[in-house]
Amino acid sequence: MTRDSTLRSGLRSPRLLWIPAAAGLALIVLPVAGLLFRVDFARLPELLTSQASLDALELSLVTAGLSTLLCVLLGVPLAVVLARVRRGGRVLRAVVVLPLVMPPVVGGLALLYLLGRNGFAGYLLDVVAGVRVPFTTAAVVLAQTFVAMPFLVISLDGAIRAGGDEYERVAATLGAGPWVVFTRVTLPLLLPPLASGVVLSFARALGEFGATITFAGSLQAVTRTLPLEVYAQAEADVESAVALSLLLIVVAIAVIVAAGPRMTARVTEGARP
Amino acid sequence: MRLTRVVAAAAIALLLAGCATAEATRTVTVFAAASLTETFEQLAEKFEARREGVDVRLSFGGSSRLAEQLAEGAPADVFAAADDKAMAKAVQAGVIDGEPQRFARNRMTIAVAPGNPKKIDGLTGLRGDVVLVTCAPEVPCGRAAQALAANANVRLQPASEEPDVKSVLGKVAAGEADAGLVYVTDVRAAAGKVDAVPITGADAVANAYPIATTREAAEPDLARQFVEFVLSDEGQRVLRDAGFDAP
Repeated sequence: MTRDSTLRSGLRSPRLLWIPAAAGLALIVLPVAGLLFRVDFARLPELLTSQASLDALELSLVTAGLSTLLCVLLGVPLAVVLARVRRGGRVLRAVVVLPLVMPPVVGGLALLYLLGRNGFAGYLLDVVAGVRVPFTTAAVVLAQTFVAMPFLVISLDGAIRAGGDEYERVAATLGAGPWVVFTRVTLPLLLPPLASGVVLSFARALGEFGATITFAGSLQAVTRTLPLEVYAQAEADVESAVALSLLLIVVAIAVIVAAGPRMTARVTEGARP
Repeated sequence: MRLTRVVAAAAIALLLAGCATAEATRTVTVFAAASLTETFEQLAEKFEARREGVDVRLSFGGSSRLAEQLAEGAPADVFAAADDKAMAKAVQAGVIDGEPQRFARNRMTIAVAPGNPKKIDGLTGLRGDVVLVTCAPEVPCGRAAQALAANANVRLQPASEEPDVKSVLGKVAAGEADAGLVYVTDVRAAAGKVDAVPITGADAVANAYPIATTREAAEPDLARQFVEFVLSDEGQRVLRDAGFDAP
């Protein structure tokens, strides 16, 4: 054997890994396939165009869109500050990823005890402005933003730190102030990772369930998003729940396709800690 | 190498321990409506106390969801539902053994904050700025709430339709909702965290609770014994103490 061919065979993944790898892939593919087998395609149009389904779809798209926007408005500044902070970066980063590792139901309870009628912020809002957050569409958006924002922040934070700050240094030596450096240098460089962060947080917001049902409740056209509608329909009409699940999968695939293969690769790179 | 040996020894020890406990205890699994939570926990305790090495495993949830889980092959020996419709779903799926028997009835009531600060006086009081929470119409307590509202000619405008009755109670107990349509027994089980406002005509739409053993029960004898225990004088006394009516 030449050294070259030894090198090549040494770089191939060992055969032994193929078995668990195939099992891992099957674990993702088979349940989706199982769902597809249960779809009643004859009733599909009727099930998907029921008022409850349409309300849930519209509500899901609107709330996930709004919460993604909120994620960008709050998450981009947070990521930039986080990546450049001199001290305490580790602690801050741990705080930011908390919603990622925390069960969403716990997040929902936490929001409820802050913004609920008996929470201190909720009480103030109610007394001062007469605003009540729980059981409203705004509560859905808040719950989704809470769980989705870490995805965006992490993608950006990783990209900023990996990219270093050479361009910013050059801009600064040429006399640019912090705001000019941010808007003319940092932001344009961040667009590709930002796009992947947006895709990730939109997908997470779309799938949000636990925090939403705990904090916002479940009411058609107000707080019952697609995942909640799937859960509610599973009690009454399983066919309908299956049809809606199919819809959610289609939307998810659409998101992946829209993101494109390059972006998917970047998303996974961005997610690497 | 040594680590492998330690891991192997631990695995064998675990396996042996697993076998040993499997021999010592028999487990009967009971799926029960959320509204039965406290009562069935008590019943299970009494049932276990009588029998050496018998463990009752309880799973509570919305009756319709439990019926659905049974239809999909969830392993349970006994199913107790909060209304006939949920039980019929399980019967239709072919998972129920024999004829379900009714063991209790339950009435709806309005759960409010202690002292009833909003002065709610009945179904007609559930309007204006009262934040109302009900069960979703797909589950028994939601069906009962809708029937009540229809009888009283009231249009309910809930802020949320929850997946089971305990979630409704939780929203009222937490102070997020002013009123919740729950069962009489839920208010009693909440022990002072909420007060009840009676609903006129609640008797007319009281749910009948059916119980049955399953066809694929892993412990058919124990399952039958548990159902008999629920229907026995002692079992019925526990249910009555919790606020359930006779079937």
